[in-house]
Amino acid sequence: MLKVKNIHASINDKEILNGINLEVKAGEVHAIMGPNGSGKSTLSAVIAGKEEFEVTEGSVILNGEDLDELAPEERAHKGVFLSFQYPVEIPGVTVTNFIKTAINETRKARGEEELPAKDMLKLIREKADLLEIDRKFLSRSLNEGFSGGEKKRNEIFQMAMLEPKLAILDETDSGLDIDALKIVANGVNKLKSKDNAVIVITHYQRLLDYIVPDFVHVLYNGKIVKSGGKELALELEAKGYDWLK
Amino acid sequence: MDLKEKLVSSFLAFENKGILDLDSNVHSIRSKAIQNFERDGFPTKKDEEWKYTSLRSLVKNDFSLFPKTEKTVGFKNIKEYLMNDIESYTLIFIDGVFSSFLSDTTHDDCDVCVLSSALTRPKYKMVVDNYFNTIAKDNNSLTELNTAFSVEGAFINIPKNTIVPKPIQILNFSTGSEKEVMLQPRNLVVVGENSHVQIIERHQNLSKNTVLTNAVTEIFVHKRAIADYYKIQDDTENSSLIDSTFVSQKQQSVASVNTYSFGGKLTRNNLEFYHEGEHITSHLNGISILHDKQHVDNHTLVNHKYPNCESHELYKGIYSDKSTGVFNGKVIVQQEAQKTNAFQQNNNIIIDDGATINAKPQLEIFADDVKCSHGCTIGQLDESALFYMQSRGIPKKEAKGLLLFAFGNDVVEKIKIPQLKTRITKLIAKNLDVDLGFEL
Repeated sequence: MLKVKNIHASINDKEILNGINLEVKAGEVHAIMGPNGSGKSTLSAVIAGKEEFEVTEGSVILNGEDLDELAPEERAHKGVFLSFQYPVEIPGVTVTNFIKTAINETRKARGEEELPAKDMLKLIREKADLLEIDRKFLSRSLNEGFSGGEKKRNEIFQMAMLEPKLAILDETDSGLDIDALKIVANGVNKLKSKDNAVIVITHYQRLLDYIVPDFVHVLYNGKIVKSGGKELALELEAKGYDWLK
Repeated sequence: MDLKEKLVSSFLAFENKGILDLDSNVHSIRSKAIQNFERDGFPTKKDEEWKYTSLRSLVKNDFSLFPKTEKTVGFKNIKEYLMNDIESYTLIFIDGVFSSFLSDTTHDDCDVCVLSSALTRPKYKMVVDNYFNTIAKDNNSLTELNTAFSVEGAFINIPKNTIVPKPIQILNFSTGSEKEVMLQPRNLVVVGENSHVQIIERHQNLSKNTVLTNAVTEIFVHKRAIADYYKIQDDTENSSLIDSTFVSQKQQSVASVNTYSFGGKLTRNNLEFYHEGEHITSHLNGISILHDKQHVDNHTLVNHKYPNCESHELYKGIYSDKSTGVFNGKVIVQQEAQKTNAFQQNNNIIIDDGATINAKPQLEIFADDVKCSHGCTIGQLDESALFYMQSRGIPKKEAKGLLLFAFGNDVVEKIKIPQLKTRITKLIAKNLDVDLGFEL
């Protein structure tokens, strides 16, 4: 599904990723771990198409299609979803209106009809229930005044609504208490299928107890320095990152 | 002959053909006003209050002061500018002349009619003598100019204990009967004790010719009365507007003036609130969305003279292309006005490098037990918010529109007439070039 080939990326002439290779197949869950500043969030932003980062070499390929020239929204239309580490507050736009707009713009881009209001409402309710989101929450301004946990739950709610092919969860576990973590992980697991794939970016093993990865990669200084199965995460938890440097 | 000379020399002819007998009070008010205008002339950029708004090129036009009024305007020509989805009283003026055919007036529980009849009929003499040009006088030369030539406009007189059952729309159209036209409508609004009125005002040029409107409105809000005034400024690129609105409030009254500036070449809004009692609330709300070389200057004043009053001011601006904006918000809290709550907020977004905003909050506080705050921001669109929205599949253009829309939303939220809210929402969406798939 996703092939990241020898990606080099920099911001303000400072190279952050230097030669990342990663292949993710449909139905797989990959975890990317690594110390602060190793380039984890940059990798997710580069896949999602953030223009601030300059890709100097390599390419990102989704289902055989090169994403390099595509704007972030076009990548979203192709099925890429990035759950933000720090979701942005947008006062004046409610959760419901935001997700409606996102869904209908995506459908438009795919040449589909807008979703009828009734179906939209039904879908919103269904997915809100999945993530145990209060209905009142849906009419609040997007992320404005949300607690850390509410923001992350809202991210996964949007993911549930958009049904991406490739979901990248960037430190979705940070700021979550254990109950919220379970709800979020449960939501992600229910959305998982043999047709989609998930990349989980995290510092800690904790989330991986709930979203069990098929592969774990360790990122250090903009490179993947080690890959392995889920037991690698446990090893990292016990030993830290120093032995890999 | 320059415009000032033309105006001054036209005054005598105007008075002589006038509808008033020359002994009336109004006649002496006008004579005094033209003298003041002759003395002061048009303001220039040397005048501190006009530092960022130049009338120089505007007053070079050879305006026709008394435009021909032969063009017939039917309902079909104007209906898109009317709010048809609500019941309302309407006062429609075509090239400065009242159209009784298109209007819907009343004298039943209150007077919703025209100034020309108020100025001439004995039954309104007392109202005119008590109110006309009492807050507007000796203010600025453009208001004086309007006073000198004031002959027509809305006259709204609400007796006490009257809830006006439907909003009143005041629409001033110009047909472009001549190449360059100057109009000077004059409105007088008196809201009696415990009464309530909602007014929507609009100036609209129906042609491509040049129009300068120099409008003055005086609003008197008596004890415990409520008055809401909405100004829709979405005129053509050849139209300029200088609007001066004066509000005088008595105790426990609540008044709001809401200004939506989307169109027009040059717009200057002078808005002044004067408190004449305790426990008064004043609201000043505005949003400007400008493009090309448009210019809007919002000059506001709230004069707190009595204790225990409050004022809330919220102005937002979005400036694209080479547009320019001015916000000058003056709040005076006089020494006697203890326990005043005065809040002012002005937020601006600059979209393009060529756009400018000059913002000047101006607080003069002479009382010591008050709560006053002001906040003024000038910024750009939040790039991280844009990326966030794009990553959810919302194209950049729509994401920008949605962000800007959300930026202005708290001003729109203040609108108390639902249909007007929808209308303004649509106008904002149109001006931001965004197709909102929902109602906010």
